[in-house]
Amino acid sequence: MTETTLHSLQGDQDPSSPGRDIWDQFKTHRGAVLGLGFFIFIILAVAFGPYLWGLDAQFIDIRARNQGPSLLHPLGTDQLGRDTLARLLVGGRVSLSVGIVAMVLSLFLGTLIGVVAGFFSWIDGLLMRLTDLFLALPLLPLLLVIIMLFRDTLRTAFGPETGIFILIVFVIGITSWMQAARIVRGDVLALKEQEFVLASRSVGTPSRRMITRHILPNILSPILVSATLGIANAIITESVLSFLGLGFPSDFPTWGRLLFDSTDYLQQYPERVIWPGLAISLTVLSVNYIGDGLRDALDPRIRGR
Amino acid sequence: MPEKRPAVLDVKDIETVFNTRRGTIHAVNSVSFSLEPGELLGVVGESGSGKSVTMMSLIGLLPTPPARVTGGYVKFDNIDLLKADAQQLRAVRGAKIGFIFQDPMTSLNPVLTIGFQLMEPLRTHMGMKKAAAKKRAVELLDLVGMPDAERRLSDFPHQFSGGMRQRVVIAMALACDPKVLIADEPTTALDVTIQAQILELVKDLRRKLGMAIIWITHDLGVVAGIADRVMVMYGGQIVEQAPVRELFENPQHPYTRALIETVPDIGAERPERLRTVEGQPSILYARPSACSFRTRCAHAFERCGKENPPLLVTDKAHHVACFWDSATGEPRNV
Repeated sequence: MTETTLHSLQGDQDPSSPGRDIWDQFKTHRGAVLGLGFFIFIILAVAFGPYLWGLDAQFIDIRARNQGPSLLHPLGTDQLGRDTLARLLVGGRVSLSVGIVAMVLSLFLGTLIGVVAGFFSWIDGLLMRLTDLFLALPLLPLLLVIIMLFRDTLRTAFGPETGIFILIVFVIGITSWMQAARIVRGDVLALKEQEFVLASRSVGTPSRRMITRHILPNILSPILVSATLGIANAIITESVLSFLGLGFPSDFPTWGRLLFDSTDYLQQYPERVIWPGLAISLTVLSVNYIGDGLRDALDPRIRGR
Repeated sequence: MPEKRPAVLDVKDIETVFNTRRGTIHAVNSVSFSLEPGELLGVVGESGSGKSVTMMSLIGLLPTPPARVTGGYVKFDNIDLLKADAQQLRAVRGAKIGFIFQDPMTSLNPVLTIGFQLMEPLRTHMGMKKAAAKKRAVELLDLVGMPDAERRLSDFPHQFSGGMRQRVVIAMALACDPKVLIADEPTTALDVTIQAQILELVKDLRRKLGMAIIWITHDLGVVAGIADRVMVMYGGQIVEQAPVRELFENPQHPYTRALIETVPDIGAERPERLRTVEGQPSILYARPSACSFRTRCAHAFERCGKENPPLLVTDKAHHVACFWDSATGEPRNV
């Protein structure tokens, strides 16, 4: 701490901008930089990969089925002779976008409910019982009902793939915000008792500004941790849904779908489980590292060191 | 006090209760006082005597529930703060009444720069643009004696020492030129040398800016050095109130006398045992119907257990709430 003070007293003449500071700190976290690099690589790969890799993910070449790695099919083919690499690339698009969008949605809901419950004690009980209610709901029957009720409407409105995408993101979002809400509420309750909240009220800060300016930046780290876990959770839930036939159409590849398709052939072709599994775990791992680095970078108390 | 000027803050009979699971606690019982422009009023009393709760009740800073202000009025700027709505209160807080808290380590938000926190009241109350607010923030930091003010705006609270943080907190409270500054034990968390610096700073600021100050403390030495008038609180009531000199020369309430006796004498030949006021203040589950100090009082007699002594005016603007007359050593005839 003394060193920091000295440094900021003598040090750099132009005070650096906060954005720059955050990036400088982020760079010192090696895992986070690697994670970020890998995450960008995956995003680029699934965004542009299918165009570069000429093979069609849906093309069935029954004579080339169950092949091992070769020049034509570097990751082999499945039981219908479809190219695994092409399916992995196309599947990543859906899995990643479902993961990210569903995570944002559930985090938004969770943070909103957690902050409101923690900050306004008159509504705390109500919101937390609602959270308990959602936690207690059996997930699968609920999903079944929601999907049965809304699938056809959404399909006709947005087309089969977009419709199901919206539905799945929505379903995952509203069934996974509870953990975040509980964590956030707990942190807000603790923060609310801090003297700086009282101090800021004593200068006449209205509640909304208090939440956005004083509370939210202080609970960033649990939110970021929930976010990184949320992406993984969403990708996996999507694969469960696809597996149950409630998600995307069965010929439409996603990482989860690929994983479940290949479990049937686990004994003959174990490598087929490895590729989508690896893609999911590496994505989750890299997001975790990014979250870790971001948390350190955004906390000025750590950043100073 | 030579001439009577209209008070900036007029508090009459305020009552604050806390509704707890074990019953209603009467934390503030019929407290009345007024504050003249430019005056420094010291408020002393031990922990739990209702000093902070009284001051926080004035501008609605207590969490409700459990706290509730049940009676009285607080006249400030021709409005009754106890009846004011949330918007009026927000306009008063920070802009016209500043508040300084006890612990500078926790009263600044750790994730925001002090520049941002200083500019916040300026932008909400005075509608300043960013550049203007920044200029004023630098002025404020200069005013409270922060070296290299402009560059330190972008520093975070953890980069400051305790004394410097308290200066920032004071600067925040002064941001909009308040008429009244309420300081809730602002030097308690600081060491003695820094405490002396902050006291000098406040005296200096008062000379320059001329606002009235309410200084809550349990340090009699601080009060003696800084206050014009002193209010001694016990059990949520004012037990004695007098100009500072008069109070120290002629303390009349047994509690005040006991408090003054507890101050160790550094000039004494032989170090003596530190004197204390025996016992604990009682928790008031009902409005006091008797003197709440009687269980710890050396002079208590029968009447003290039957009636709650009212605040009596003796000479020289000296008020005391006691049935025992310190001048004669006999019960008072009232």
